[in-house]
Amino acid sequence: MKYAFYPGCSLEVNAAAYDLSVKAVAKTLGLELVEVDDWNCCGATEYFSQDELTACAVIARNLALVDPACGQITAPCAACFLNLKKVDRLMSEHPDLDQKINQALAAGGLKYRPGSVQVRHLLEVIYKDVGEEGVKARVKRPLTGLRVAAYYGCQVVRPFKDFDDPEQPTTMDEILKWLGAEVVDYPVKTHCCSGHMTQISEPEAFEMIRRLLYCAQQREADVIACACPMCQLNMDAYQGRVNGFFNTNFNLPILYFTQLLGVAFGLQPRELGFGKELVAAEPVIAAKVGAA
Amino acid sequence: MSVTVKSKRFVDEVIEETPGGHRLRDCIQCGTCGGSCPSGAEMDYTPRKMIALVNAGRREEALSANTMWSCVSCYSCTSRCPHNIPVTDIMYTLKRMAIREGRVKDNDGPALARAFTHYVDKYGRSFEMGLATRYHLLNRPFAAMKMGGMGMAMFLRGRMAFTPSKIRNIGQLQAIINKARELGGAS
Ligand code: SF4
Ligand code: SF4
Repeated sequence: MKYAFYPGCSLEVNAAAYDLSVKAVAKTLGLELVEVDDWNCCGATEYFSQDELTACAVIARNLALVDPACGQITAPCAACFLNLKKVDRLMSEHPDLDQKINQALAAGGLKYRPGSVQVRHLLEVIYKDVGEEGVKARVKRPLTGLRVAAYYGCQVVRPFKDFDDPEQPTTMDEILKWLGAEVVDYPVKTHCCSGHMTQISEPEAFEMIRRLLYCAQQREADVIACACPMCQLNMDAYQGRVNGFFNTNFNLPILYFTQLLGVAFGLQPRELGFGKELVAAEPVIAAKVGAA
Repeated sequence: MSVTVKSKRFVDEVIEETPGGHRLRDCIQCGTCGGSCPSGAEMDYTPRKMIALVNAGRREEALSANTMWSCVSCYSCTSRCPHNIPVTDIMYTLKRMAIREGRVKDNDGPALARAFTHYVDKYGRSFEMGLATRYHLLNRPFAAMKMGGMGMAMFLRGRMAFTPSKIRNIGQLQAIINKARELGGAS
């Protein structure tokens, strides 16, 4: 199966572990990811705060660059996924906006017909296109005994509700169960990781992060699995600062769900970007799942 | 030009700038949005009150509030609103209007947005390290110092780059951006 692939800026450096594990797992699963040539930043949430039409045009350039033969694009980052999907949807529903965006694209010699590229998060691709049989067939090292909290955050499941439930999503839970993991009940699975708030108000951000870590700790999760670089960054890189702020002692490794897929497929930790997380994950993986 | 803008009703301006925004007239003040908002407690006005202020034409209170700057774009309000009011997108519209009219008080949100878009416009990619310096050193030198240890830990794990990456066809992107600005009448 062939997909246009939009990695997004985070995967280049900060979320290199996501990039490595996505590529390794895609190879094992036979998913052909064709990187969109010369893609540009999706603008995250910031561009929309400044200028809506330009934000849309910047995003639409990526859709316009997709090889039409692909017909679908997948993004592993929640914010990139949402932005691509949102602009495609806005253009479909608002002809005036479509026209303006295409006028802007034309200044760069491009055009985009809304609806011509299907935008899908990687979670959906693995859940639906690969599916239970496809995933289970590749499991060499079941994650038996590993307690995982599946965390979806916001923008994978909201505001578009066509692939999973916005309140009680289950696709990541299912995928992790196919791997043999023990998925804990995690009522805050769609609460916010605080997004960019760490940059604006730390007390506000740290409280949102604390709730996520606290709930996982209460449920005795060994690790939290996520599907977005921002979620990973906030819960992992800021975990030490959150501990300092609240005088807590959280020690919860935050992994990308693709890293856990890779472990279960018997891939090597280095191929999957293990060691890049600030709260080390390898000790608990070794203890629960055994050495690679 | 600015005279016509000013004389337009506040609620109409918000609606005009927000795709699907006309539905805000249907708000029944049920409070589902406010009750769902992770930042509600920090806001001057909850999302519900903000919608009421817009409908009541209370421009100054609405645009000077911290509400939209506390919004983390979680879309809980939008997803749960019984009248499908695009509350999150209305927050974005209010951010843009507040910036344009110079009404933001004591908030780093606009500076962060500006620093971020600066890198997109210049390189076609965002640049975390650049953002950290450009934004933090200018706006929050003290926070930048506290971040130091974490930044080093990130750097040692190869999660921080010192140079931005740049797209090949930056000229094309900038032509698109310039045209969009022109069409949108934005600065
Ligand atoms: S959830 Fe919708 S209808 Fe209810 S108060 Fe909020 S905006 Fe109004
Ligand atoms: S999108 Fe913004 S306003 Fe709406 S619930 Fe989330 S933080 Fe609150």
